[in-house]
Amino acid sequence: MSSSELYQRNRDRHPPAYSPEYKSSVLRSPRNAPISLQNSLSEITGPVFTSNELGPLDNDLILNYAKQGMPIGERIIVHGYVRDENGQPMRNTLVEVWQANAGGRYRHKKDQYLAPIDPNFGGCGRMLTDDKGYYVFRTIKPGPYPWRNRVNDWRPAHIHFSLSGDAFAQRLITQMYFEGDPLLAQCPIVRSINDDDAVRSLISVLDKSASVQLDSLAYRFDLVLRGHRATLFENRLQGKA
Amino acid sequence: MKDTYLLETASQTAGPYVHIGLAPHAAGFDIFENNFGPVLTNAETQGERIRIEGRVFDGSGTPLRDVLLEIWQANAAGRYQHPQDHQHEKSLDNHFRGWGRACSDFTSGVYAFDTIKPGPVTGRDGRLMAPHVNLWIVARGINLGLHTRMYFSDEEAANLADPVLNLVEQEIRRNTLIGHRKTTAEGTLYQFDIVLQGENETVFFDV
Repeated sequence: MSSSELYQRNRDRHPPAYSPEYKSSVLRSPRNAPISLQNSLSEITGPVFTSNELGPLDNDLILNYAKQGMPIGERIIVHGYVRDENGQPMRNTLVEVWQANAGGRYRHKKDQYLAPIDPNFGGCGRMLTDDKGYYVFRTIKPGPYPWRNRVNDWRPAHIHFSLSGDAFAQRLITQMYFEGDPLLAQCPIVRSINDDDAVRSLISVLDKSASVQLDSLAYRFDLVLRGHRATLFENRLQGKA
Repeated sequence: MKDTYLLETASQTAGPYVHIGLAPHAAGFDIFENNFGPVLTNAETQGERIRIEGRVFDGSGTPLRDVLLEIWQANAAGRYQHPQDHQHEKSLDNHFRGWGRACSDFTSGVYAFDTIKPGPVTGRDGRLMAPHVNLWIVARGINLGLHTRMYFSDEEAANLADPVLNLVEQEIRRNTLIGHRKTTAEGTLYQFDIVLQGENETVFFDV
């Protein structure tokens, strides 16, 4: 964990706040430019999590809500590394995931899609990265999902990811997609990103070597959080007056 | 020196069902033994108990009923519970993590945190920052989480000298970062409404 400030966030790689093809963004995007802030302690620190806060099945979405049996759908393992922009492992980062079930239905009181709830599938999990920045969880591959944007818009299969990092300014929420999904090119949320390379970085790849024979396929998904700038010259960032 | 850098993973909206992953109780089911929530204090926490409460409004003046907020703040002495806070002259409080997570109510849009009032933190170049709470806001329609700060209406002198508030060129916009102190039957409350767009639009930071 470094004590120095972070590299500036490259906003060209992120979707702009206002992306009218994604209709909800129209009224929920600021009109003023954000004010640039050099980092202080408030930005380079953030909450620290410990493994005793998590349960033993928290990263196993196949079993963590199983009531009378196992959930229906494609059994998959999702795994990868969380690194910073310097390529260093992001240790002890809280990774939280949520998703729809195999039919594209979310276990959420506001989801009215007619595809049924799976009584044995909750759809959320969480874990901490290890010393190498590695995370792994097991789940059911989510189905595509229709939504009221344009009347016939469908989300590609996706898993939502939330990462804590070790600084509040690294806080990130994103979505993981699956290699080869034809819905990707049509999705207004995906297309809100104007950088093809940034879109590719959200697509997990089939990882046959990590699959478990006669049990589960695997997908590999690596993530990158903002890196710390080396402090070549100290100018009392931290109030060592 | 390094030859290559990686690039930060692109952000995507948290979507309308963010609660499933980050606050499953709010989504309507029980799954984890230990849930992260909006109460930052326990009986041993040091400092003045306060509630921060408000709503988040869109560009039409309608409250967001599906928003999720997180706060990060220093303890009563003005120190963060983090290994890189080197203000060793200030004490740590092991009963205060400084982080919490809240969802707006699905009907009223009201969010609330139960916390303590933070002490002032030393900022860049040794200049003191006024007491403040850092906020991060995600929801359907928000493509990249929004960072802002809440300052305290009863810290006028400190606010006038705050290096971050003074970065906001238009003085009138600084008012959007002030939580308003009220005394209620339950205790001290700071009202902090956030406007995403339009008149009185809250100041957001590129941190």
